[in-house]
Amino acid sequence: MQDIDHFRAEVSHWLNENCPKTMRTPMPDDEICWGGREFAFVSDDQRLWLNRMAARGWTVPAWPKKYGGGGLNGAQQKILAEQMQAINARSPLQSFGIGMLGPALLEFGSEAQKLHYLPQIASGEIRWCQGYSEPDAGSDLASIKTAGVDEGDYFSVTGQKIWTSYADKADWIFCLVRTEPDAKKHKGISFLLFDMTSQGVSTKPIELISGESVFCETFFDAVKVPKQNIVGGRGQGWTIAKYLLNHEREMIGGSDLLFGGADVCALASAQIGVDENGRLNDSILRAELAKFIIDEMAFDAHLAMTKNYMRAGNQLGARSAELKYLGTELNQQRQNHIMAIGGLGALIWSSHNNQTHQTPRQWLRSKANSIEGGTSEIMLSILAKAVLKMPS
Amino acid sequence: MEVLSQDNQMLHDSARRYLADHQPVAAFRKLQAETTDLAYDLSAFEQMSELGWMGLILPEKYGGSAFGYRAAGLIAQQLGRNLTALPFTSTAIMAATIMAAAGDAMLAQWGEQIATGKCVMALAHDETTKHQLNPLDASVLAATAIATEQGYRLSGKKQFIIDGYKADRLIITATLDGELALFCVATATDNLQIDKQILMDNRNCATAKFNNLILPKTDLIVQGEMAQNILSKALSAGRAIVAAEQVGIAKEVAARTLDYLNTRKQFGVVIGSFQALQHRAADLYCQIELTASLVATALNALDNEADEAEKLSRAAKAKADRLGKYATEESVQMHGGIGMTNELDLGLFMKRNRVLSEFLGDYACHANWLLADRNI
Repeated sequence: MQDIDHFRAEVSHWLNENCPKTMRTPMPDDEICWGGREFAFVSDDQRLWLNRMAARGWTVPAWPKKYGGGGLNGAQQKILAEQMQAINARSPLQSFGIGMLGPALLEFGSEAQKLHYLPQIASGEIRWCQGYSEPDAGSDLASIKTAGVDEGDYFSVTGQKIWTSYADKADWIFCLVRTEPDAKKHKGISFLLFDMTSQGVSTKPIELISGESVFCETFFDAVKVPKQNIVGGRGQGWTIAKYLLNHEREMIGGSDLLFGGADVCALASAQIGVDENGRLNDSILRAELAKFIIDEMAFDAHLAMTKNYMRAGNQLGARSAELKYLGTELNQQRQNHIMAIGGLGALIWSSHNNQTHQTPRQWLRSKANSIEGGTSEIMLSILAKAVLKMPS
Repeated sequence: MEVLSQDNQMLHDSARRYLADHQPVAAFRKLQAETTDLAYDLSAFEQMSELGWMGLILPEKYGGSAFGYRAAGLIAQQLGRNLTALPFTSTAIMAATIMAAAGDAMLAQWGEQIATGKCVMALAHDETTKHQLNPLDASVLAATAIATEQGYRLSGKKQFIIDGYKADRLIITATLDGELALFCVATATDNLQIDKQILMDNRNCATAKFNNLILPKTDLIVQGEMAQNILSKALSAGRAIVAAEQVGIAKEVAARTLDYLNTRKQFGVVIGSFQALQHRAADLYCQIELTASLVATALNALDNEADEAEKLSRAAKAKADRLGKYATEESVQMHGGIGMTNELDLGLFMKRNRVLSEFLGDYACHANWLLADRNI
């Protein structure tokens, strides 16, 4: 107990000394620090904050110190998070390296791979993207065709990925590639890491119904990938992909980004007005909002229970599908309500001075929530098979 | 998804085993066939009291175990799964909550009586066919009490008194000097007529009529703002516990349906291999998990005496109302014709759930309250 109190005091002191004042304000999306070779820091403070936190290993507090992490135990991680929250400290670094590749390497990588790649992720030096979906492999992800032909000491990778978030900004990619053409569907896939500046890699951003997006198409034309860049052995890619997808679904389902934003009820009473009894001047919308706020309370409770479950050392496994399904469906309801409440005002796409308006774009963007990271239908199928043990 | 404490996990496991062995649905069917006055089994009630279930929320000093509401919710869930008829919510939860909140004198008089199963005590509050949105507001009550030299004179009518038939005491709400007051009334009294009311779930339910019922001063439990606080707490506790029972019902019918889907064959295959049914079963599972977390959170809030306990309990009741309806309807539909037969138990769960939906306020009642709470 004394150690913990001491740790809390030390963390609090250090954060106060080292977190720049400008890094103690709410962070707009365009000021997130993603790191990477080409990253344009929005300020010197942002760079300083990243470097200071990385030096302590606190960009990835749970990872072992030898891989650039903080080596903190569960209780210490909680304290660090609390103390950062207490001064409104911004997250110093967000990335697919931290959220996705790192956990996969920790689980499946060789010691040499961990020592090489993890510190680069922790310091924000290298920014990663994820090469999973292909034009003909969406829900049926294991049917990917991007081929890695064995050329002795390297694979020659040719094919196309789609929905690659930030492919045009990433330095490296972790990628599912079919390296064993004669093996069965799920057994022929390997998990390869390679540099996006390699000869033969090109990317093209995708415009969505909501406007610009972070998604890209990514093309590989005989890209040389050294054989030591394979994680977990040949044909092990699907096992790693499944592990990572569970991780991704936990993140999507539990994402604050999904659930941030305005209080729908406050928005409704301000926009639509209330009668002399304080009732919303639209009884049909009122009834729909009732269902929404009850579902929202239930989801908040469920999310808190889930976090507690994981803190107690349990793995969610296939149940990440439950969180992903419920969380994304709820966010779509929220966005629908915000549009209904907003009326004409929510329809404004852009102003004369070319300023874009977010409300209608967020509504449209939310349509993808029940598709990306595995569709709602795939989530239900996973739950039916893995949790309810229903037959194929 | 909830991580239970070791004590609660043990309580849950032992309740599950005990009820499966001694009070399965077959026991309820037997009671139903016998059409007894009480509609619950006295020896089962005795055993439940010996197991300590009646004293879960009462302090140890007064015969209880002080396990709390979260623990009680685990019992309620198992009672729901087995359709076990016992005066649990009425006495062990609502009456005990009222007595525990009313102070040491009341606890000294009633705590051990409740905890040991020597006294069944039912809340007589509702007067209208629908539970009132703001039941603490004295103006919604027609029942009145007038102070006299010796005590009080009570007149009015009450209904939906769960476990009130042949109960030892009724806790009757009435207005006294324009304020809400709670009275603890002996049932073997002149001028108090208690009639059995047979609802679709075949449990113990009663109506009460009283005209110039003379009560001693000591029958007044509490009056005024404190009465509102205490009744509010009891209603919140009752709602969260009923919601836990409804989660139990939903879990049970979902489990039975899953078994059926995985064994029933049509078109030469088990129907559980059809994606249309898999997705319905999985969605039902998600709704059960979601609701279970909300109910557990409400019960924890009651244990912590948190400010949001009423809000969470009402939300839990509203959500459980929706869930119970969804789960029982889906279970009948996915069973097909056989699900409609009385030979299967599904109908019994559907009936019990429908009664619980109305009891202490349905979805619309709590949805309206929650909206008002958000100023819309």
